[in-house]
Amino acid sequence: MTDVPVTTKKDWTSDQEVRWCPGCGDYSILTAIQLMMPDLGVRRENTVFISGIGCAARFPYYMNTYGMHSIHGRSPAIATGLAMARPELDVWVIGGDGDMLSIGGNHLIHALRRNVNLNILLFNNMIYGLTKGQFSPTSETGKVTKSTPFGSVDRPFNPVSVALGAEATFVARTHDMDRAHMQAMFKRAHAHQGASIVEVFQNCNVFNDGAFASITKKDNRDAMLIDLQHGEPIRFGVDNERGVILDDDGLARVVDVADVGVEALVVHDETADDPALSFALSRLASGPDQPTPVGVFRAVERPEYAQSTSQQLAAAQESNGPGDLHALLHSLPTWEVT
Amino acid sequence: MTDTAEQPTTAREISHVIVRFAGDSGDGMQLTGDRFTNASALFGNDLATLPDFPAEIRAPAGTLAGVSAFQVQISDHDITTPGDAPSVLIAMNPAALKSDLHRLEAGGTIIVNEDTFEDRNLAKAGYGESPLDDGSLDGYTLLKVPMTSLTKEVCNDLGVKARDADRSKNFFALGLVSWMYSRPLETTLDWIQEKFAGKDLVIAANEAALKAGHAFGETAELGEMRFVIKPAKLEPGTYTNINGNTALSWGLVAASQQANLPLFLGSYPITPASDILHELSKHKNFGIRTLQAEDEIAAVGAALGASYGGHIGVTTTSGPGVALKGETIGLAVSLELPLVIIDIQRGGPSTGLPTKTEASDLMMAMYGRHGESPLPIVAAYSPTNCFDVAIEAVRIAITYRTPVILLSDGYLANGSEPWRLPSVDSLPDIRVDLATETNHVGADGEPEFWPYLRDDNLARPWAVPGTPDLMHRVGGIEKQDGTGNISYDPDNHQLMTDIREARIAKIADTIPDVEVLGDVDAELCIVGWGSTWGAITSAVERMRAAGQKVAQIHLTHLNPFPKNLGDELRRFDRVLVPEMNTGQLTRLLRAEFLVDAQAIAKVMGQPFTAGELVTRIQEATND
Repeated sequence: MTDVPVTTKKDWTSDQEVRWCPGCGDYSILTAIQLMMPDLGVRRENTVFISGIGCAARFPYYMNTYGMHSIHGRSPAIATGLAMARPELDVWVIGGDGDMLSIGGNHLIHALRRNVNLNILLFNNMIYGLTKGQFSPTSETGKVTKSTPFGSVDRPFNPVSVALGAEATFVARTHDMDRAHMQAMFKRAHAHQGASIVEVFQNCNVFNDGAFASITKKDNRDAMLIDLQHGEPIRFGVDNERGVILDDDGLARVVDVADVGVEALVVHDETADDPALSFALSRLASGPDQPTPVGVFRAVERPEYAQSTSQQLAAAQESNGPGDLHALLHSLPTWEVT
Repeated sequence: MTDTAEQPTTAREISHVIVRFAGDSGDGMQLTGDRFTNASALFGNDLATLPDFPAEIRAPAGTLAGVSAFQVQISDHDITTPGDAPSVLIAMNPAALKSDLHRLEAGGTIIVNEDTFEDRNLAKAGYGESPLDDGSLDGYTLLKVPMTSLTKEVCNDLGVKARDADRSKNFFALGLVSWMYSRPLETTLDWIQEKFAGKDLVIAANEAALKAGHAFGETAELGEMRFVIKPAKLEPGTYTNINGNTALSWGLVAASQQANLPLFLGSYPITPASDILHELSKHKNFGIRTLQAEDEIAAVGAALGASYGGHIGVTTTSGPGVALKGETIGLAVSLELPLVIIDIQRGGPSTGLPTKTEASDLMMAMYGRHGESPLPIVAAYSPTNCFDVAIEAVRIAITYRTPVILLSDGYLANGSEPWRLPSVDSLPDIRVDLATETNHVGADGEPEFWPYLRDDNLARPWAVPGTPDLMHRVGGIEKQDGTGNISYDPDNHQLMTDIREARIAKIADTIPDVEVLGDVDAELCIVGWGSTWGAITSAVERMRAAGQKVAQIHLTHLNPFPKNLGDELRRFDRVLVPEMNTGQLTRLLRAEFLVDAQAIAKVMGQPFTAGELVTRIQEATND
């Protein structure tokens, strides 16, 4: 194995013109990834981006790697087949909230529970963009859109809660206004052996502009984003004056540190075997207008699916020898006709 | 020859027999039929089977809905069907007699488990009075055997509980029928030892029941009911008895070996296709990866993902699954990647008749996607032919980088027949090259890779992730010819549509011409596809033996058709197409060749019998 060549952003950028709306949050995610790829120490030819349908799903065209822009919702399934067939590849799955949580919800949860080695990036803009502005499965109840002129009566998914409920082994959240944080989360996702999912709050400046502004705008971040750090008491605020405790009933609650004392704050443990704490944290905010945790919710080690599959193949070859077609054809009772 | 059975002088020689085992779903009739079949195969007979069971795992015991049957024809000569009307019916309960008596030939033999013909079971089957006593069976040879009590009797001495002994009564029936047709018991005894290894009481009970049934024939002075059917004069070679789904699974394994590419199966359990998933899951030492996916869509998606990675991606299903996979198959058409979709057809629409056979997915295979999305279709014609057709489907898929639909059906899937095993050396070499180098020079003089530059077959390069310098993007959006970049150009879409059509049509270059069998100078030609082959072949033989001139064409390749098909069809005044649908191939032939083909249609969940076909053909030609 020769050394991985040194690359720059340019090497990871395809010759295709990017066709997102000017000002779309997708640009900043794309740039963050193109800038990050040289740091991963991987080869372009061993990197694959697979997407479904939607604005986010155009992503693979802009990466100078292998890529497939597939069909709506199916990218986790297609990526599962590829990752099983070729465990040595880095497989990234890109999709939006409609692609991943609506039409493709089934594939997402099963890819997560199987723990296939995929890096799944869910660009959540809480709206349908490519079909021009219908509500999505993450839109808030009451959302007025073209298809809900009197307000949506649907209750939304919380993507982090969904992922944790689906037995995900790596769950993180970030947002499109903070390149360094995005890159840190994507690197962690890449390093994780198994299915990783990162929810990225992404602004759709055409159909849902400012959906996350009250928490991700520079001036609001300190007060509204709870930056989860493993092993640290969960604190946030302009002067770190606020924190998170667990109630007696196990629910997470935001408090003033001055009221409860630092010792009362919950210490974040992303490696906890039981996802209860991570889940409680995921329920802190029911919408992007409340203090919202970002960072790694959960990172635990479990057997990776493609490796487990490969091990069974290797064990079968070890015990039975490599496949012998002649022997297979003669494996049922036979008789001779002369 | 493994014939070790004693041949008592009383056994009369006959050329063939059709036996039908019928009982409750829990009576083990499929197993009994299967064992009788295997003993006959190892004895050297030719045979064909028709398992016929309900969709319910255990319908209410004793009811007509719960009847499960297994029909087998064994013969001393080459046969192609499980026969028209059985000459022997083994009825394990009143419901089995009631539901299957109409199939029995006039004057045939009925063997009943007398113990079950009591009030409760008679009532469940809808009999007011016992048919054993009311004279309604006078036209038949009736043999009343108290199978349950005789089985319990022999098991009692072994310390087997009465309830457990009841489960062995099917082995009593098998022992009796084995005696009647001079089948050696050794094969079944060996199988019992292997199958129930570790369960000594079960082994003892089943063995005792089997031997008791055999002894019953010997001691009950049934001498005039004992027959022998000599081994068939088949082509020399090594034979095994195999059903369609196993042969198909092995064909996929063989294709993987012959292509020197790993096999990946994505599948979701569905009747009658699940056995392929079960079989392939066993052969991991061949490097076969199987995924039991969360649904049909994921199953085909994962297969396509594996194909993208350089494996032979396969998905197995039945009609409802193909409907769900349609969009992904369309993606494979657009991506121009290999993919094999195996449809074990069953009765439709919707859930339809899950355990009953039908061949009504041809139009879905042909047209069941949006847009212009042609793909090749192949169909197996017999259980053993599933092996060859699986290899052919893979060959087409990897050579032409296209999804291929392989059609089989429930009758082929579960029916079995002897198979002269091919030598591995005789299997076709279907290797293809993966792309390893750039294939174009850009305007700047730099080497580039164009994913949609084509070879002589119009196939694009199969460039799998991990290959240096060939990074490229593919997708379901229309692509520019050559570069593969997104293109909305009107002329380009016309061109790409035309190329996709031409690429599939070009497959005809590498498929054999159809062969006209029978009387090539006949006015009448019977055209078939799929599992109707056995019945058509047999019907044509009978008609020709009766002095009629008939020709026969049977199609494996349904898209594209063999190149000479149109010319051959036009030579006949009359083209009849027996189909287990309402005339789907008929419509394709009429549309493609402007010939006046007429369908002989049947959708009853049962295959054609040869006799039925002869009648239907005569009726059609007398019009």
